[in-house]
Amino acid sequence: MARTADVVIIGGGIHGCSTALHLALRGLKPILIEKDYAGRHASGVNAGGVRQLARDIHEIPLSISSMDIWERIEELVGDDCGFDAHGTVLVAESEAELAGFRERVADLRLRGFVHEELIDAAELRRLVPAVSEHCPGGVVSRRDGAADPFRTTQAFRRRAVEKGAEVIEGVTVTGLVRAGANWRVETSAGDFEAPRVVNAAGAWADRIAAMLGEPVPLTVVAPMLMVTSRLPAFIQPVVILRGRKLSFKQLGNGTVVIGGGHLSTPYRDSNETVLDWEKLAISARTVWELFPAMHEATIVRAWAGIEAYMPDGIPVVGKSSTSEGVFHQFGFSTHGFQLGPGTGAMMAELVATGSTNTPIDGLGIERFQAKRK
Amino acid sequence: MTAAADLASSYELVVIGGGPAGLAAAALAARVGVSTVLFDENPGVGGQIYRAITSTPVKDRTILGEDYWDGTRLADEAKASGALIVNGATVWSLDRQRIVGVSIAGRARMIEASRVIIATGSQERPFPIPGWTLPGVMTAGAAQTALKAQGLVAAGRTVLAGGGPLLWLLAAQTLRAGGKIDAILDTTPRRNWLQAMFHAPDFALSPYFAKGLALLREVRARVPVHRVDSIEAVGTDRVREVVFSKGGVSQRLPVDLLLLHQGVVPNVNLANAAGVAHIWNDRQLCFVPVLDADFGSSVPGIAVAGDGAGIAGGTAAAERGRLAAIAAVRALKPDAVVPDTQAIRQSLQREEMGRAFLDWLNRPAPSFRQPEGDTIACRCEEVTAKQVRDTARMGCEGPNQMKAFLRCGMGPCQGRLCGLTVTELIAAERETTPDEVGYYRLRPPVKPITLAELASLPISEAERKAVER
Repeated sequence: MARTADVVIIGGGIHGCSTALHLALRGLKPILIEKDYAGRHASGVNAGGVRQLARDIHEIPLSISSMDIWERIEELVGDDCGFDAHGTVLVAESEAELAGFRERVADLRLRGFVHEELIDAAELRRLVPAVSEHCPGGVVSRRDGAADPFRTTQAFRRRAVEKGAEVIEGVTVTGLVRAGANWRVETSAGDFEAPRVVNAAGAWADRIAAMLGEPVPLTVVAPMLMVTSRLPAFIQPVVILRGRKLSFKQLGNGTVVIGGGHLSTPYRDSNETVLDWEKLAISARTVWELFPAMHEATIVRAWAGIEAYMPDGIPVVGKSSTSEGVFHQFGFSTHGFQLGPGTGAMMAELVATGSTNTPIDGLGIERFQAKRK
Repeated sequence: MTAAADLASSYELVVIGGGPAGLAAAALAARVGVSTVLFDENPGVGGQIYRAITSTPVKDRTILGEDYWDGTRLADEAKASGALIVNGATVWSLDRQRIVGVSIAGRARMIEASRVIIATGSQERPFPIPGWTLPGVMTAGAAQTALKAQGLVAAGRTVLAGGGPLLWLLAAQTLRAGGKIDAILDTTPRRNWLQAMFHAPDFALSPYFAKGLALLREVRARVPVHRVDSIEAVGTDRVREVVFSKGGVSQRLPVDLLLLHQGVVPNVNLANAAGVAHIWNDRQLCFVPVLDADFGSSVPGIAVAGDGAGIAGGTAAAERGRLAAIAAVRALKPDAVVPDTQAIRQSLQREEMGRAFLDWLNRPAPSFRQPEGDTIACRCEEVTAKQVRDTARMGCEGPNQMKAFLRCGMGPCQGRLCGLTVTELIAAERETTPDEVGYYRLRPPVKPITLAELASLPISEAERKAVER
C-alpha cells in the first residue's frame, strides 16, 4: 500500500524544506523525501551569503520577498539562523568596472528596484576599511547579510515537522508515474502517492525531470569554499567581486570564508567532490591583493557542495511543462540559499492555489524545451 | 635541501611519511627503478618510532634501546635506493585523482602520482580527562619526541598516566636517560585480562613477550605504580596536582608534569580526505582503512601501509611498506624483479601474532574514552562532553552534523584530537555502534597551510592566458 500525502517534495535542501514548511503552514500535509539528510549538500555547506545584490533581473522579485522573510526569520522558524545584516558590497577594481556598475544601478532604478546603491571610494572605505587602495568604489545592498547555512536548513526542516510535514531521510526516489488522479513516487522505501509533487532535488533534479519526459540541460557543479583560522575582526559586510571570482566574509567567530565560484570536480553518485587547488590558489592570490590584512591567515579547511547549474545561470521555478500537478524548484546555479525562504512561500502558494502573485516570469522549465525545437 | 620548485610535476610513486613503512616502501620501489619521492614533514626521517634516527644527540644506545637503532638500517637503505627523500615537506592534500598537495619551506606544489603509499602512521588516542587541557599536561608521545630529538627529559615532579606498551617504553627510556618519574597511574582495567588470556599462547611466542616482561620489571623496580579508575588534572593557571581514585578511595599527588597516554590509533586524516573507506575495529577501538592483502585501499592507486593500516608496530610497518611497494612496482613496471612476498608475509604474520593479546589487554576503559560533564572533548573549539552528549540526545546522528551544531572538529587539528571521542559519545548516547555513527568527513588541507603558501602555487598556463586576455 502506498503512503499518501497532499504533496510529495523531493529533496531536503533549503528549498525543499522551505516549501514543506510553507505548505504545512497552509494546512496541507506534505511528505518530504531526501536521499541523504537535510542540508547534506549545497544548502548546508554554501558560503551563507544572503544577498539581493547583483542578481539576474528575473530573480529579483523572489530575492526581495525572501529578504522580507530573512528579516523575521526567527519568527518563522524559531531560530535566528545566525543571520546578520551587515550588507553586501560589490567592489569595483577599476574606473571602467565602476562605470558598468553605475549603468546597472541606474537601470534597476528605472525598473523600480532601489536595493542596489552606488558608492564612492570614501563610502567604500567606510564600509570596508581593509580594502586595498586600488579600488575606486562599488555597489552596496545594505539589507543583505549572511547566515549559517546548515543551521538555517535544519531550522526550516525542524519547523516544517513541527507544523505537520513529514521528513523522510536516507530514501531515494527511483520513479515518478501517474496513478489515476495521483502521482506515484517510487522510492527505495516503498511508494508514496500525492496529487502534487515538487521537484526540489538540486543536482539530481534532472533525473526527476527526465522521469516526466522533460529533460533539462543541468550541469552538476560544486563551487569551492575555504575557511581560515580565527583573525581579529576587520570586516563586517560580505564582499564580492565581478571581474575576478571572489566572495569574502568574516564570521562572528573571526574565521574568514573565501569563495566565489571556482569549481571542483563533483561525483554526484558518490556524494564526493575533488577540489582543484590551483583554482583555490587563484582565490588566495585575489584575497592577497585585495586585503593586506589577510597575509598571515591560515587556511584550515576547504570544501565544496554539490548543486545544479543551468545554462543561463538562473533557476527553474514553476509548473512542469508536461505533467499536471508537478512543480519544479531547482537549478539555483550557485546562488539559491538566499532565495530559499521566499521561493518556498511562493511555491506553496502556487501548489495550493494554482497561481502566485510573485512574478516568476522567465524561470519556467519550458524555456529549455523551446530551445530544443 | 630539495625546494618545492625542484620537484618534478609527477612521480610514479609518492610515499607520504618517513617512518618504517614509508622508508621500506620507498627503498624497495626506487631500487628497481620506479621514480619515487618520499615526503616527510619532520626535519629527519624515522617517524615517531625512529624519530631523529640520523641526528639524535642520545648516543648511549642502551637509553632508547636496541629496537630504536634498527631504524638506522631502514634510513640507510632508503637513502641508498635512489628515492628522492624530502624532509620538512608537509602533505596537506591528497585526492582520488592522486594529486598530492605539498608544502616545503613555505612554498606549495601540486604533484601528480601514478601510485601513492600513505605511511602516516599512528597518533596517540585522545585521552580526555578533566583538566587535560591545562598547561603542564602533555602526551607521553610529546615527551618521547623531546627525548629522541633533543635528548631532553623533564625536570620536576613527573607522573605518567594511562596504559599500553609505549607508556612503559617511555618510562624506561626516561629512567635510563637519567630522568625521574614520581609515579605511574595505570588505567588498564583489570578485567581486560579475561579477554586477553585467550590470546596469551600466541603472545608467548611473539617477539613482544620477553621484551615486554623485561620492560615492566625494569620500570616497576624504580617507580611506584598505582592501578586507578579515575584521573583528574587539577590547577588553575597550570596543573598542580593529579587526583586519582583507586577502589573508591581518592588520592592526590603534587605534579609539575602529567604525561598522558592510552595507546595509539591509525592517523586516518589523509586517507579519509582522499576518500578511502574506513571501518570500525572493535578490538583496537578505532577506525581503520578497508584494505586488500597488498594494503591497497578502496581508492584505486592509493595504498595505506604501516600503523595507519591498523596498529601492529614498527617491524610490521616496514613489512607492510614492502608489500605495498611490491604491488605498486608490479603495476608500474611488470618486468621488474621484486622480492618474494611469501617470506615478507610470513615475517609480518610473526610480528602480528602477539597483537591480539596486547590489544585486548590494553583496551582503555570506557570512562577514559567517553568523558562526562564539563570535560573538554574538542580542544580547538572548546566543546564539552556534555554538549556533545546533549546534542546527540537531541537527535544529532553523526559527527558531521555535530560539526554544524557545535563546531567540534572544525578547528586547526581537523578532528585529530576529538574525532574518536565524538564518535564514541554519539554512539553511547544513541545506543548504537561507532561504525554506524561513522567519523568526520575530513576536508583538505589536512594540515593547515597559510594563505601565502597557497598563493605561492605555480600559476597554471590557463590562468596566465586568462589574465593576458
